[in-house]
Amino acid sequence: MGPSGCGKTTLMRCMNRLTDLNTQTKVTGNIFIGDRDILNTHDDINEIRKMMGLLAQRPYPLPMNIFNNVAYGLRISGRKKKRFLEKRVEHYLRQVNLWEEVKDRLRDPAAALSIGQQQRLCLARGLAVDPRIILADEPTSALDPISSQLIEEKFAELKTSYTIVMVTHILRQARRIADHVVFMYMGEVIEQGPAEEFFQNPQMEMTKSYLKGLFY
Amino acid sequence: MNRRKAEELFFRVLMFLSTTIILLVLCHIIYSILAAGLPHLNWDMVSKVPEGGYYFGKGGGILNAIVGSLYVAVGATSLAFAIGLPLALFMNIHLTKWKKLVNGIRFLMDLLCGIPSIVYGAFGFTLMIFFGLRTSLLAGIITVTVFIVPIMIRAIDEVLMTIPRGLFESALSLGSTKSEISYRVFFKQSIAGIITAMLLSFGRAIGDAASVLLTTGYTDYIPTSLNQPTATLPLAIFFQLSSPILEVRQRAYASAVILIAIILFISLLARILTYSYKKNKINY
Amino acid sequence: MKFRAFEISRKLRNSIHTGWMIACLSVVLLIPLFLTAGLAIKSFPLLHQHPLLSLIFSSNWKPLSGEFGFYPFIVSSVWVTIFALLISIPICLLTSIHLTQYAKKWVLKIMQPVIDILAGIPSVIYGVWGILVVIPFISNHIAPMLGKSSSGYSILAGAIVLSIMVIPFVLNILIELFNNIPVELSEASLSLGATRWQTIKYVVLKKGLPGIISSFGLGMSRAFGETIAVLMVVGNVAKVPTGILQPGYPLPALIANNYGEMMSIPQYDAALMLSAFILFVVVLFFNAGSRILIIRSGKHN
Repeated sequence: MGPSGCGKTTLMRCMNRLTDLNTQTKVTGNIFIGDRDILNTHDDINEIRKMMGLLAQRPYPLPMNIFNNVAYGLRISGRKKKRFLEKRVEHYLRQVNLWEEVKDRLRDPAAALSIGQQQRLCLARGLAVDPRIILADEPTSALDPISSQLIEEKFAELKTSYTIVMVTHILRQARRIADHVVFMYMGEVIEQGPAEEFFQNPQMEMTKSYLKGLFY
Repeated sequence: MNRRKAEELFFRVLMFLSTTIILLVLCHIIYSILAAGLPHLNWDMVSKVPEGGYYFGKGGGILNAIVGSLYVAVGATSLAFAIGLPLALFMNIHLTKWKKLVNGIRFLMDLLCGIPSIVYGAFGFTLMIFFGLRTSLLAGIITVTVFIVPIMIRAIDEVLMTIPRGLFESALSLGSTKSEISYRVFFKQSIAGIITAMLLSFGRAIGDAASVLLTTGYTDYIPTSLNQPTATLPLAIFFQLSSPILEVRQRAYASAVILIAIILFISLLARILTYSYKKNKINY
Repeated sequence: MKFRAFEISRKLRNSIHTGWMIACLSVVLLIPLFLTAGLAIKSFPLLHQHPLLSLIFSSNWKPLSGEFGFYPFIVSSVWVTIFALLISIPICLLTSIHLTQYAKKWVLKIMQPVIDILAGIPSVIYGVWGILVVIPFISNHIAPMLGKSSSGYSILAGAIVLSIMVIPFVLNILIELFNNIPVELSEASLSLGATRWQTIKYVVLKKGLPGIISSFGLGMSRAFGETIAVLMVVGNVAKVPTGILQPGYPLPALIANNYGEMMSIPQYDAALMLSAFILFVVVLFFNAGSRILIIRSGKHN
């Protein structure tokens, strides 16, 4: 959490090693997942990325139909059996409450869905590769209130089985779903801690004024 | 897993090769023309018109074609600029409300840019005959103008499109008329880009052979009025190259060196301008 | 009073400028109209006597006895264009993917001017290069390799020269196209564990498909109308070509070579104008088709 431009998204991109794509960016330090340092490793980078599902600010459905969007990650990792794919796709679409809405038009292009549906499709797509972590970068910022609520509810449900790292600048959203809060400002972590403690009893002056709404 | 990596590697090698091929082809074109032409390039080539027996290998140069090409290109670029600049400004300032119309004009201009120059040449030829003109400098200038006007309009238009709406609105709020915004604000804001657009059109005008082939004719003299036939550089190369005499063909290569030097100079100038433009432009 | 006069002169200047702008617009909008009308009227005398199809599919080209069969020229044009595209398409696709997806900044910094210069080189220079390099190469190396003899002036030579000319044109369109595909789309695919190449194959190329097709359409119309460079290397023999090492005689070359006599032989002018008209229509068709495809696919997203 933090005001815009404070480096939340950049931090998240480091976790997913998407910073590798940008030749001008240099990342130093360590990022540990369990006891594995994913920044300084020669392991297959695609394996690392696969551990983490990414949900971007705006939904970016791949240029293919709804079914293939979800099946894409599975196909990439070599699962090609049709029966298996159908089962998995249905499972994950049900998990994001999208199945009932799209089951009759799985072969339609994903771009034809509403933006809220697209975001849930992207979530299903990310879940389908069976990640351990979900990275969500202000996943509701482009959505209408109702779709936002659906996503938030889903997150509250999913956080029992996945680690969810979510970037947000909406204070109340953090209050609603966070277990652990990291507050950033100007590229630095100001304060972090369990959500309850953080909101009830912030330590730093800056955190206090941010929580009071003195700056955004 | 290994097969996947091998596939990617295979294609990456292919990609690298094809990029290299493009680079090498350009180098090779320039190299082979310089190698064939430079030894035969001398001061007479650029300072004299063909003398008697030139086309049998005797003395003289292609000053007629150089000057003729410059006449045609300068004339056509100025005319195209006089038509193209107001039109591009009109599209971006007066017609902002009619987006569909502007997009329609853009579409049409794009189509006109794609029409081969020989078609414009043929069209110019019929026009010429219709008006009872002979092949002449004027006919050439008009044909080349028609041919580069769409290019010029689209190039200027692309520059003007990058100017933010806010500038237009704030100028309007100060009480400027639309023509004042056009020439005092938009034109000044994008002057370097507009000059680049002119250079681009100039390059096309001086390098194109097919449109002038049918309309300007060819002569050994430097034209002194608009209704005389005029030699042009691409045609000088073309005609000399089809000669059976070796020395004349060698002069064709030397002429090619001159043309390529002009084109490279223009493209260098445009590049420098674009660079300084990017450096000095106010960023919003 | 003085202020009022100033205001009036400002208004007057504004109307003069606007008037001139509208005049320019009308002149430019009239160009395509005049172009179509002029070519159509001029080629009408021939179309009036022979049906279009018999002109297109007849191979008898005897202007002196009034027989005008365009078949050899059309076939030559089609062959040269298709072979030029066959050479340039893979190079353009591979290079554009390399430059937009893999290449480092400095490679782009070198290649962008290279492409621009290639695009700016006049066609007559390409023709000179063709004569200096491509023709001897074909007659000394390629033809013997295929067990044939050839002067070098052939469909293949035209296609090679043409492919080099089309490359910068198509490449620029493709580079812009790939750069406009949102990075987030590739990121989405990468985050699902796809490799860079898989992402390009399944996402980038798929997303860009309409644009890729239309870039080829635009390249094709560019190739179809190219005149001088092709004319210089293609041989110009008015026979239907039967192999790529044989000379051909494309439509633009036909016009450029014969315009001098076109007023002295009856109906010859109509025949040449008809070939210009055919060129015009074909090029316009592919151009418009490609551009509409781009616009449509842009709207869809």
